[in-house]
Amino acid sequence: MISINKDEILETINMIDDEHLDIRTITMGISLLDCAGGGIDTLCSNIYDKITKSAENLVKTGEDIEKKYGIPIIHKRVSVTPIALVGGDISSGDYIKIARTLDRAANAVGINFIGGYSALVQKGYLNGTKAFIESIPEALAETELVCSSVNVATTKAGINMDAVAEMGRVIKRAAQLTADRNSIACAKLVVFANVPNDNPFMAGAFHGVGEPDRVINVGVSGPGVVAAAIRNAGDCNITELADVIKKTAFKITRMGQLVAKEASERLSVPFGIVDLSLAPTPAVGDSVAYVLEEMGLEVCGAAGTTACLALLNDAVKKGGVMASSHVGGLSGAFIPVSEDAGMISAAENGSLLIEKLEAMTAVCSVGLDMIAVPGDTTAEVISGIIADEISIGVVNNKTTAVRLIPAVGKKAGDSVEFGGLLGQAPVMRVNTASPRRFISRGGRVPAPIHSLKN
Amino acid sequence: MQAVIAVTGKDSVGIIADVSLECKKYEVNIIDVSQTVLKDYFVMIMLVDLSALKGSFSEFVDHMNKLGESRGLVIHTMHEDIFNSMHKI
Repeated sequence: MISINKDEILETINMIDDEHLDIRTITMGISLLDCAGGGIDTLCSNIYDKITKSAENLVKTGEDIEKKYGIPIIHKRVSVTPIALVGGDISSGDYIKIARTLDRAANAVGINFIGGYSALVQKGYLNGTKAFIESIPEALAETELVCSSVNVATTKAGINMDAVAEMGRVIKRAAQLTADRNSIACAKLVVFANVPNDNPFMAGAFHGVGEPDRVINVGVSGPGVVAAAIRNAGDCNITELADVIKKTAFKITRMGQLVAKEASERLSVPFGIVDLSLAPTPAVGDSVAYVLEEMGLEVCGAAGTTACLALLNDAVKKGGVMASSHVGGLSGAFIPVSEDAGMISAAENGSLLIEKLEAMTAVCSVGLDMIAVPGDTTAEVISGIIADEISIGVVNNKTTAVRLIPAVGKKAGDSVEFGGLLGQAPVMRVNTASPRRFISRGGRVPAPIHSLKN
Repeated sequence: MQAVIAVTGKDSVGIIADVSLECKKYEVNIIDVSQTVLKDYFVMIMLVDLSALKGSFSEFVDHMNKLGESRGLVIHTMHEDIFNSMHKI
């Protein structure tokens, strides 16, 4: 070949055909701040018009790019300004009207998800935020494509424990309202610490207030490619292993950068970031757990799992960061249990416990993600789990999150099926001892000392 | 603009001829070809120039996919930039 090496061509094709390499999502961030004002009907109409006009060509553009480069682009999504900021001091019923509007707009433009039914409450509530948070379970039960998130803490602000307590109840209610659909509303709701403003991944994507009017963010994937590269490297030492992962992450991210740049040019929307995350899917061979097992663990969850994940997460960032002009979002390895064939099997055979997953979240990019717990888990226990996970994020100056599904009518050892990218979740045992007195105290956990950097 | 056409599958008579004929129909100029057969398994990589392409690249890709399906082959038609960006700094 004149300019392109034949082996490189075959390597790329093999990554796509056999190792599940794909672009997980092109997400268009859209500011809705200019939609605010007027009554609720005017607001909904402004929101619908802004989204459908801004994203009218998003899906078609994604499909065209997919065809040009021969690389699958699995999802096209939209993220919007946190709705609690756009809605202001309105009732829960009016917030639900906005959720329906988002769902209608998402269906009209043909995207897979819309994120941003969100609130930022790390220090407290604005007028109307309480009504917004109350509306979340109904909003998610009534809509199909709307995703919601609530940021309850930052390293700078500390933890809003009133919001942590409230989110335990919100998650329980969301589960009950969708009991007939395996409590699926909970799969579309994330509780965050240090939430990023430019995350293209769901359910936590929203369009931050410091972002431009519209922006294109791209999330890459590729655990299967990393697992194959490690397998091919054989019995090398850890230093060499880190290099193998870095080189692979570089290639994956370069593809994300290429797609992001092209989408940005075609849509005349500024390029925001590439999110360097290793995002698994339920497909066998597209699993982060398999990457860890390929590194030398008998099964994910074994002693050594946290160390392997720490190495993987760091190497992915180091390889990816040079491949993209702007890196952001969550950028790291995801460990959503229901969306990862290896995690599912490790949880089913008892090797992977929720306590181990919590330790793993200290060294990777997200948190306790897509974990089904018994339906009779109390709101206080869920709030306690949130408080623990959020503390890890706040103290370590990183994003952490909780997406738990207290699956109504299910007990530990059962399984819940969500289908599609959300996969299938084994119901995991949780410690049922009550943190009720601690959670009911309310107030704020002060920001840690190392947040005082100025 | 250049693209790579990668063809893999069971070997049979006339694969190169068929692929080349489709290229000709679309005014796609073949710049380089590398081809081998390993135990009945056919692998060909073509580098083509698309500057005189008739119709859209998307149509051309669809057409090549159809040809692949009809002959029991897998044909990837991909813009060269994906390889350049992945493998070159």
